[in-house]
Amino acid sequence: MAIPLDYETLRLIWWVLLGVLLIGFALTDGYDLGVATLLPFIARSDEERRLVINSVAPHWEGHQVWLILGGGAIFAAWPFVYAVSFSGFYLAMFLVLATLIVRPLAFKYRSKHADAAWRARWDWALFVSGLVPALVFGVAVGNVLAGAPFRLDADLRSHYEGSLLGLFSPFALVAGLLSVAMLVVHGAGWLMMKVEQGPVWQRVRRFGAIAAVVAVALFGLGGLMIGHGAMGVRLLGTLDPAGPSNPHYAMMIAAPGAWLDNYVRHPLLLAAPLAGVTGFLFSLVGIRWRHHLAAFAGSSLAIIGVIATVGVSMFPFILPSSIDAGSSLTVWNASSSHLTLWIMLVVTVILLPIVLAYTSWAFKVMFGRISLADIRTNPDFY
Amino acid sequence: MDLAVVELSRFQFALTAMFHFLFVPLTLGLSFLLVIMESIYVMTGRPIWRRITRFWGKLFGINFVLGVGTGLTMEFEFGTNWAYYSHYVGDIFGAPLAIEGLMAFFLEATFVGLMFFGWERLSRVGHLAVTFCVALGTNLSALWILIANGWMQNPAGSTFNPDTMRMEVTDFSAVIFNPVAQAKFVHTVSAGYVCASVFVLGISAWFLLKGRWVAVAKRSMMVAAAFGLASSLSVVVLGDESGYALTDNQKMKLAAIEAMWHTEPAPAGLTLFGIPDLATHTTRYELKLPFVLGLISTRSLTGQVIGISELVLHADERIHSGLIAYDAVERLKVNRGDTTARMAFELHKADLGYAMLLKRQVADPRQATDAQILEAARDTIPNVPVMFWLFRLMAGLGFLFIGFFALAFYCASVCQFERRWFLRIAVAMIPLPWIAIEFGWVLAEIGRQPWAVEGVLPTFLAASSLTVPQVWATIAGFTTLYTVLAVIEIRLMLATIRKGPVEAGDHPESEAKRPAFAAVPAE
Repeated sequence: MAIPLDYETLRLIWWVLLGVLLIGFALTDGYDLGVATLLPFIARSDEERRLVINSVAPHWEGHQVWLILGGGAIFAAWPFVYAVSFSGFYLAMFLVLATLIVRPLAFKYRSKHADAAWRARWDWALFVSGLVPALVFGVAVGNVLAGAPFRLDADLRSHYEGSLLGLFSPFALVAGLLSVAMLVVHGAGWLMMKVEQGPVWQRVRRFGAIAAVVAVALFGLGGLMIGHGAMGVRLLGTLDPAGPSNPHYAMMIAAPGAWLDNYVRHPLLLAAPLAGVTGFLFSLVGIRWRHHLAAFAGSSLAIIGVIATVGVSMFPFILPSSIDAGSSLTVWNASSSHLTLWIMLVVTVILLPIVLAYTSWAFKVMFGRISLADIRTNPDFY
Repeated sequence: MDLAVVELSRFQFALTAMFHFLFVPLTLGLSFLLVIMESIYVMTGRPIWRRITRFWGKLFGINFVLGVGTGLTMEFEFGTNWAYYSHYVGDIFGAPLAIEGLMAFFLEATFVGLMFFGWERLSRVGHLAVTFCVALGTNLSALWILIANGWMQNPAGSTFNPDTMRMEVTDFSAVIFNPVAQAKFVHTVSAGYVCASVFVLGISAWFLLKGRWVAVAKRSMMVAAAFGLASSLSVVVLGDESGYALTDNQKMKLAAIEAMWHTEPAPAGLTLFGIPDLATHTTRYELKLPFVLGLISTRSLTGQVIGISELVLHADERIHSGLIAYDAVERLKVNRGDTTARMAFELHKADLGYAMLLKRQVADPRQATDAQILEAARDTIPNVPVMFWLFRLMAGLGFLFIGFFALAFYCASVCQFERRWFLRIAVAMIPLPWIAIEFGWVLAEIGRQPWAVEGVLPTFLAASSLTVPQVWATIAGFTTLYTVLAVIEIRLMLATIRKGPVEAGDHPESEAKRPAFAAVPAE
C-alpha cells in the first residue's frame, strides 16, 4: 500500500500534534495543578478545602490521561526524543512520577477519614503534587531550550553527561517559575468559574492577579535570556526532510541566538509570543473585573501562546544537545518511520474526536458552580 | 554497557510491574462485576442492588487509583531505564502504548469520574452505560498493552533498518493480530475476572461469617460464583491456547517450562513432577504423563516438541548467520552505498539479534571465537528450574480455582452459602489469585530471557546509560513510596469493608439527612 502523505508532511503534522498534546495537557491537567498549588492559600477551613478539591474531583483522572497520552505519543512518533529525554532527565522524571502517583491518592483517600491530621497530610501532599510537577515541567522545557548534555554514539545509543542539580540553571528556573505562575493563573480562572462567589472566590482573585503579573514578567525575562544567552543550534548545508531518522546524516553546529532566526525569517510567527502576553493580560483584566469567562479564556490563550512560542522558536529542533550539536534531535532526524507516523495519524484522526466528544459530555453532566451547601449535603463528594 | 545498571534496572522494572499488577487484575474483573450488578439493579429496580453496586464500587475506586498511579510509572520507565530499547523498537512498540492511551485510558478515566459523581446527575440507564464504559476501557487497555508485550515475545511485522539502526514496522496488522498477543490477552483478562470473583466471594463470606449484611453478601456471592466459574474455565483453557502459541514462537520457553533437555519422539510426554538439574541437563525423579505435551502443544500425534540441547545448537547456527548481518551493518555505517553489504544484510538480517548476544563475551562480536559463540548460544537457555516450578504452581492454582467455583456453585444451590467451612475456605482463598497471576508474569518474562525482544534485542543491551547510584536512588524511592501506599491502601480497604455497604440514609447521626437519597426505589 502506498502511503497517501509524504514523509516530510507527516513529520510536520506530528510536530504540530506533539504541540497539541502538550497544550491539551496544560489546558486540562494544568488547572488541576494550579488549583492544588493554590489550595493552602485560598482555603482555610476543611469545608473550604473540600470546595476547592471537589471543583476538580470529577475530572482530574481524565486530565492526567493527557500526560499518559503525551508519553505514549512521543514514544510512538518521536522514539528518539522519548529515549533521550526520559533517560537524561532521570531523577527529575522520578520526582514528577512520585508526585503524580501521590496526587490521585490524595484526591481519593483524603475524604475517607474525618481525622484532621489525616486530612492535613493529604492537603500537604496535594499542594506538593501540584507545585512540583508544574515546576519540573517548566524546568524541563527550559533545559530543552538550553540544550541537554547528551551525545549519540555510532549505534545511536545516547550517553548523558549531566546531573539532577545541573538541570536547575538560572534560565531553567525562570522557565520553571513561569510554568508555575501560568498554571496558577489557569487554576484561578477555573476556580472563578466553578466555585460559589464567597470568601474562597475572593482569595482566588487576589492570588490569581498576582500570578498573572508575575507570569508576564517571567515570560519577558525568558525572552531576553534567549535573545542574549548562549542557546541555539543551526543546521548546516542541505538536508533531506524525508531522509532516514539518523542524526549522524546532517551537520549541526551550536549558534547562540539561533532561536530568533525563525522570527526574522517569518515575522508573522511573532503572533505566538504575542498571544502569550495578551492572554496573561486578558486574564488579569478578567480577574480584576470579576469576569470568570475572560479570566479562564485569557489563561488558556496564554498557555497556547507560551507553548507555541517554545515550539516555533526552536523549529526544526526538538531536543538540541548542549555538548555535541551534531547529536541534536530535529523534526527531520528523530521521528518514527513513514509507515508508523501514517498509522498513528489515522488512529488519532479517528479516535481523538470521539475522546473530545465524550470528555465534553462529561463536563456537561458535571456543569455548574458548586457551593459550600453542596459540600455539606452530597455524600458522593470527596 | 554497565551490567550492574542492567540488573538493577531489571530489578526495578520487576518491582514496579509486579506492584502495578497487584491492582490491575482486580480493576479488570471488578469493573465487569459492577456492570453485572448494576444491570440487575436497572432491570429489577430493587434498591438492594444499587447498594451492592455502590459498595463494590467503593472498593473498586480505592483499588483503581493505585492502578492508575503505578501504571504511569510503567509507561515512563521504558524511556527512563530502557532508553536503548525505546530507541531500538519504539517505532513498533510505541504505537500500541499510544493507542492504549487514546482508546482506553481516556475512556476509563473520564467515565470513572462520572461513575462516582454522577449517581444523581444521570438516569439509571445512563449511569449503567457509564459503568460499562469504565469496564470497556480497562479491558481495552489490557488488550493494547498485551499487544505490545506480545510483540516482545514474538516480534511479528517488523524488520531492522540499517539506515536508522533500529527495528521498523513493516506490517502493522501482523503486530495487532499477533497470535501470542491474542492468546495472552484472553488469558490475562480471564485471570483478572477470576481474581475479582474470588475477592467478592471471600469478602462476602466474611460478612456471612460475622452475620452482617447477609442479603447483600449472598447476592454478591451468587454473581461472583457464576462469573468466577466461567472465568476460571476460560483462564485454564486459554492458558492452554497460550501454550499452543508458544510452540511456534518461543520454543525455548516451552522446553524450559517442561525441563525438556532433549527432543523426544512424538508425541512427547508431559512432566507432572521432577527436579530439573541445571548442571547435568537432566530432570531427576520425573513423573510423566505420556503423549500429553505433544497433544497440547502441537495439536497432533506426530508433531515434535524440540528439546533444549537441540535449540542451543540451532541458536549457535543463528549466531553464525547473524555475524554476517552484523558485519554488513558495520560496513553500511561507513558507506551507505555499499551494495554487497546491503545484499549480505538482507540475506541474514533475521539473525542480527543473535550476533548481538556476543556483546556480553566480546566488544566486537566479529572477533568472537567458536567457544565464545557456543557460550552465547547457551545463554539462550532461561532459568529452567524456576520456570518449571512457577508453571506448575500457577497451573495448579488455576485448576484449584475451577474446583473452588464449582464448589461455590454447589453451595449456592444446596445450602444457600450457609456452611461455615465453605465460608472459611472462601476467605482463605482471597490471596491465591494474586499469587497465581504474579507467578504467571514472572514465568512469561523470565522465560523470555536473555531477550528483551525475542531474537531481536538482548536485555543486557537494552538499558539506559545510567549510573548505579542513580538506579539505586529510584529503587529506594519506589520501594519507600510503594510500601507506604500499599499500607495505606490495605488499611483503607479493610476500613471500608468493616464499615460495610452503608449508605448515607442508614445513619441519621452521620452528617446530614438526605431525603432525595432514601427515596431511590420510587424512581
